[in-house]
Parts: sequence; structure tokens; C-alpha cells
Amino acid sequence: MVPIRLDGLDRQTPVMKMDNFSTLIGGIAGDGINEAGLTAARLFSRLGYHIYMYYDYPSLIRGGHNFSLVRASREKIASHTDGIDVLIALNQETLEKHAGRLKDSSFVIYDADKVKIDDRKHRGCGLAITSTLLEAKAPAIMKNTCILGGYCKVVGIDWTVLEDVLRKHLPKMLDLNLQVARKGYDQATEFCHLGSGSDGAISHRTGKDGDERDGKPHEKPHPIITGNQAVALGLIKAGLGAYVAYPMTPSSSILDFMARHARDFGLKVIHPESEIAVILMAQGFAYAGVKAAVATSGGGLCLMAEGLSLAGMAEMPVVVVNAQRAGPSTGLPTYTAQGDLHFVLNAGQGEFPRFIVAPGDAEEAYCWSAMAMNLAWQFQLPAFILTDKTLSESQYSFDFDLADRLCGELKDDLQKAPLLWDGTEEYRRYRYTETGVSPLAFPPLPGQAIKTDSYVHDEMGITTEDPLITREAAEKRQRKGRSMAEYLEKYETVKVLGDLKSRTALLCWGSNKGVCLEAARKFGLQVIFVLVLSPFPEKRLKDALQGVDRVISVECNSTGQLARLAGSHGLKIKIEDQILKYDGRPFSVEDLERELGRVVA
Amino acid sequence: MNPKDLATKAQVTWCPGCGNFSIMSAMRAVLADLAGEGLPLENVVLVSGIGCHAKIVDYMNANSFYSIHGRTIPVASAIKIANPDLSVICFSGDGDSLAEGLDHLIFAAKRNIDITMILHDNRVYGLTTGQFTPTSPQGFHGKSTPDGAVEHPINPLELMLASGATYIARGYTHGIEQLQKLFKEAILHKGFSFVDVLQVCVSYNNLYESYNKWTYTVEGNDATSFDEAQKIIRSWNYDRSDVPIPLGRFYQADKERFDQSFEQYRPGPTERDSKIKDLLDNLI
Repeated sequence: MVPIRLDGLDRQTPVMKMDNFSTLIGGIAGDGINEAGLTAARLFSRLGYHIYMYYDYPSLIRGGHNFSLVRASREKIASHTDGIDVLIALNQETLEKHAGRLKDSSFVIYDADKVKIDDRKHRGCGLAITSTLLEAKAPAIMKNTCILGGYCKVVGIDWTVLEDVLRKHLPKMLDLNLQVARKGYDQATEFCHLGSGSDGAISHRTGKDGDERDGKPHEKPHPIITGNQAVALGLIKAGLGAYVAYPMTPSSSILDFMARHARDFGLKVIHPESEIAVILMAQGFAYAGVKAAVATSGGGLCLMAEGLSLAGMAEMPVVVVNAQRAGPSTGLPTYTAQGDLHFVLNAGQGEFPRFIVAPGDAEEAYCWSAMAMNLAWQFQLPAFILTDKTLSESQYSFDFDLADRLCGELKDDLQKAPLLWDGTEEYRRYRYTETGVSPLAFPPLPGQAIKTDSYVHDEMGITTEDPLITREAAEKRQRKGRSMAEYLEKYETVKVLGDLKSRTALLCWGSNKGVCLEAARKFGLQVIFVLVLSPFPEKRLKDALQGVDRVISVECNSTGQLARLAGSHGLKIKIEDQILKYDGRPFSVEDLERELGRVVA
Repeated sequence: MNPKDLATKAQVTWCPGCGNFSIMSAMRAVLADLAGEGLPLENVVLVSGIGCHAKIVDYMNANSFYSIHGRTIPVASAIKIANPDLSVICFSGDGDSLAEGLDHLIFAAKRNIDITMILHDNRVYGLTTGQFTPTSPQGFHGKSTPDGAVEHPINPLELMLASGATYIARGYTHGIEQLQKLFKEAILHKGFSFVDVLQVCVSYNNLYESYNKWTYTVEGNDATSFDEAQKIIRSWNYDRSDVPIPLGRFYQADKERFDQSFEQYRPGPTERDSKIKDLLDNLI
């Protein structure tokens, strides 16, 4: 067995910055890097930390370089940092690729059988992972468990915390996993102590500047979920009955999740031949009175465009999750972007109203996905949940109390039933009303015919080419859009966060919310977060801009799509005040701080 | 119920002599019939694509979903899965289902989902005024193939047999009694039913004479035999106009259905919320 090398022992034990702690775990695809990151996240969660984990992987099944960046913080976070405190290297490439992230206080935990480390440059702890596994006759995937055992010892997380996590989440071959983890744990030596689940040492700060930081220590660790899981649960909460999808990264894990939990929640889950079938099936379900949702990424949404237009014309409620990835075309399948905003705003021929929400974190994803379903049914139109790879696949501490509060604000609507036919007169599927919303009915309905039509149609749902009806029907659809906009006025569709006294504001949408909040804190800036993008909350934005002299927009695209949208609603943002990132990677806190340093200075 | 009760106020705009009239009157008669035999009209949903065929739903006073070109099957499939008590009938054209929506058709057969497809097979695009379709013969002089189509046609029945459809038949718009018989069988069949209807397009592909000469009804065939069905189906490949064209029911089988695989259990809101909480607890 390779002796343990405690390269850091001759140096002073570092003082950890306990408010924030970042760990990077890297290896090849097939090493279980995502799961390893999640295990590390669960450890910190049990110590009372909030978690954010970014998972970076290329589009391949085996090989390549994958890494999980697990960040633990005493405050609610939704962003990662470039700098790390611990680097866990399952292979040499991980060390070489990420050495630049190490600080003086950082150290490296590595598989000493595989990775060579320069003692003069890095403080490290080598564990004989490969030989330990051989000895224990454990499969290669367990190198994760072994190195995480060592990791716990090194950073001072009690064995019982790790054991608890493994027992709960790795029930398969548990004994062997525990044995291998223990060997890793025993091999390592303690560098610093982060505390244990029992001693807590939780010292939460009180949120003081208008953001959403947790004001009190939570008694129970939060669940850790991806944005996709939050979306899925929100849809289920809203009464989802059917989920239809064709797999496409980064939306596929919603399909997997729905399929896995179909029986439990009584869901009809279908994976059909194409996204074209997907969006049409959703409307078949809606016609029969079943709440349906679909998810895809940009390419799949292209195939859905004609079906979306059908939903607009036929007034079929349908929820569409578009998890953006870097385009155009196949682009970077496993990397992030905010490049589809205008596509989603405009997809489908002709003019019809639609709802678009872009949640910024897991709690918003949960509540507003439920809300999207509800709005789709209240106004009988397509409702979009616009996410991106960052939100979809990153792991977040899910604060159920916060989600409860957030959903509580939407409660009246989340419980509101769609407008149904009262049975008093002949059923007309497209009856004209003041709000533009026609009462719904579902077959079988004795004595009545429920007729849905993709052509211009009269109130009965029968095709017509009459110019007057054509105009009236168009106005009916637009009236629905206006009714929805009025209806949404009472909600905080634009959030004003950060330093409310600042006259400079960051403008952002979607997954950039977290990083903007964090960078704004450092610079003492306000953050204006646009949550709902259609109907565009023009008045809310105008109110948010009271007292603001300068707006700096932050987006993950190359043309400033929110800036352009806001521009068409009266907010002009100078090109030099648009911070844009379009390399497929989300902003790290340092990235944005650097950019702000340049722009604000 | 009188088949006439199934009419709507919509003005019928098919060309005089169009084969679609036969399909409509056959279907009205069948639905009226079935209403008296335990399938109430309100439990029937008609789904159409886009093309001359599709106007049929405007002319039928019944539940309908007038979908888009090539997209009857996904809509119909979901309606059936959503509510198994509904009988769902698709009307589609040869351009609609064999070109634009071919994948859906194959998958409906693959799934053996319990819906019915009536293919208005006039072997030409009518509404776009005369282009060749997947069942037009080689050499067809259409507006998009002025020198004659180079491609050979698809035999949709052969495709359906290979893909797993469990009721396969062919009718002709000049034989309305046979159409009624086949439509009724198809609707009552449990599984994916496909009825190819040779429908004459008087304006762009008038094959009355040829069909009258060459069509014949197959009798005494063993419809449970895949091989026999295949032999009958292959005896005419849509390319030639100098061979007999079989009509009738060619294949019928009993097989597990996709729509049977869904549970009808639904938790209420309170139960749902508590299950969500439990699930989240497992993710701590």
C-alpha cells in the first residue's frame, strides 16, 4: 500500500473561511462525479449549510473530464466560485485543469495511485484509492466513496455524518461502501475541523439589505434538489396529470423523474416519437381535461413551434419547459445559455398570447411552475417555464419554508379552478366573453359537441373565413392576453433586491439571479430581477427603476436579449453597460465581480 | 338517432362527386348505428388533419379536434389515454399521414393503441391543387412532378402490417355498404385500426373507371393469418393500374395495447402535497 503523504503537515493548519466553503471533485465521465458532488453537498447540508452545486460535463458517456463544484454557505446561494478550498482529484487531468483555482489555504485530496502532485506547489493528501478498492474487491465506482471518506476526515466532518448520508442515499452495496469509505477516512489525517452535525456551530446572519437571505438557522437540513426536480414538483403540485417528453439535454432529467414517480403521483408519462408528437399529445390531454406538461431544449422547441401555434389558435392549455443550452443548432448540448428568450417569445406563426416565467432558483422554480400550469388553464394558452442548463441541472438547497411562503403569496391562484361551462345553454367552445376566456368542457358531454379547431373558427369551433369573425376571434385571443396581464399585476413579477439605496442596478433574469445578488452585495448595488417575461411587466419594471440612474444588464447570451426586450418597453441600456457571457459556462462570482469592476469603475 | 342529426350548419365545400361524401355518409350511418348499440355519440371524438378530408369534422355534429397537417395521431392517442371511455376516430389523408405525419402513423401501429384511422386515400394533394403523394403511382404527372413522379409509391397497408396494426382493411368510396361494415368493425376493434379508403378525387385524380374495373372484395380469407394478409396486401402495390385491387378486411389480431398500460389512480391535492413532502425528505 502506498503510504499516506501528509504534505500539508509542515505548514500551519489553515484557518478556513467558514462562511463559504468550495470543493471541486473531478474525474472522468463514468466516475460518478455528479453523485460524488451530491454526497459532499449532503454532508455540508447536514452541518447546516446552504448548498449550490454546479455540475460540468461534456457530451459523452465515458471518459472526458467531469467536475462538480460544491459550494456550501451560511447564506442562501445560487452561484459558484472559481476559487476553491478543496480539490478532490480522481485523476491527473483534474489537478492540471483546476490547479489555478487553488488558494494558499487550499489543499488537494487525490488518488495517490493515479495522481502525481508537486509538493512544492500544492498542499495535498494522497490516499491509496485504487489499491484500497482492489483490496476490498470493490468496484471502481466506489473510489468516490473512498475519497469522500478521506475528505471528511481531512475537512473535519464527523464519520457519523458521512455514515448517515451513505446509509440514506447509497443503500445498494451499503456495507461495502461503508467499508471503503471508512478506509479512506482512516487513511487521511485531520487538517482542519469544520464541525459536525451535532455541534452545529450554526451562526446565521440576518438578512439586512432586502435580499432573500435566510434570517434564522434552519432546524432541519434542507433537501438538495436540481432546478429540474423543482420544476417537476411544482407541476405535480399544480395537478399535473400527464407528462410527455422526448429526451433532450438539459431537460431529460425531468422526464426521468416523472417516469420514476409516475405511479406515486398518478401521472401518465409518455416518451413518444418526437417533440412534434409531444406537443400534440399534450393538447390531446388538455382537450380531454388532463393537465399536461412537456419539456425540451431549443432544438426540440423548434419542432414544437407549429404545435405551439395550434395551442395559440385552438386555445389549448399546455405547459412547456424550455431548458436552454448553448446554440444555435446542436451547439453545446451540456452547457448553458440564455439564448432562446426571443425564440420563446415568438415561436409559432401568427399572433397569440403566452405566459413566460424564468425562475432564478429552486424555490421560484417550484412555485412558479405550479403557477404556470394554473395560468395555462385559467387563460387557455401555452405557458412557458424558461430555464437553462445552470438552473436545470445545478443542485440547490431547497428551503421548503421559503417555498411555502412564496407559494403562499400565489395561493389564491394555485387553488383557482379553470373556468368551466355551467351547463345552462348550448355549449360553445369559443364563446366570446369579456375576458376573452371561454368556459371549458370535456367529453363526454351528453347532447353537446365540443369542437376544437386550428383554422379560424366561430364560437362553436367550426371553420370560417368570414372577415368579421376572423377579426373578432383575433381580438378575443388578444383580450385573453390583456386579462392575463391585468391578473398578474398583483404579483411580484419583477423583484427588487440587493442594496435598495443604490442608484445603480443590475438587471437580470433566470439563473443569473444568484450570482447577481452576490456580486451586487460586494459592490453595494441594487438587483432588478425580471421573473415574468410575458406578458412583460412593464409597469413593475418602471416602478423598480424609480431612483435608479444606471442599469447594467447581465445575461448569458451574445446579443443582450433581455436588454432588447426591456428596450422595447422603454428601458434603454447602453451596449457598454451590458455584461454578456456566451462561452457556455455560467458566471462565477469572480467572473461577474471582475466585469463589474470594469464597468462600474 | 338519425344520421342526419349528425349534420352541422357548416356549408359543405367539397367538389360535387367527391369521394369524401361517401366517407362522411358511411361514418354518420355507423355512428348513428353505434349510438343505438351502446356507444353514445358524446363518447366519440373525431380528429382530423389538414386537407380536403379534414373538413369532415366541420360537417359532423360531434366532438372533434381539427388538428394540423399530419398530426391526428398524437392528439387522438392522448385523448384515448386520458379517457379510455372515449372512442377516438382519426380522419387523415395520404399526404397528411403518409408524408408529413408518417412517424406518428407507424408509432400508433407499433403501440397498437386503441384508436381508428380512416385514410382518405385519393393519391393526390387536392387542396393544394394537384401534387403527387406517397401513394401516387410512379410516373404520376402532378404539378410538382410535371415530367412524371420518379418515386414508387408506399403501400400503406403493408407498412401498417409490418408496424403492428391489428385491424387492417381497404374500402372504396363507391362501395358505401362495405365502408359502413369496415368502419364499424374498425371502431369496435380493440387496438389500432387502419382503414385505407380509395377515395376518388374528381378534380385532380379521377380513378373511378379504373377502380370500378379492378376492385374486388376478398372473401373467405383468414384474417388472423399474417402471411395471408401480407399476400393479399402485396397483390396490389399502388403502382399499377392493370391488376386486381382487393377490398375488405385483410387482417385482425388481438394484442396488448399501449392505452391499457396507464393506471387511472389520481391523488387529491392534500395527498399530493404530502407525497411531495415525503419525496423532498428523501432528498435531504
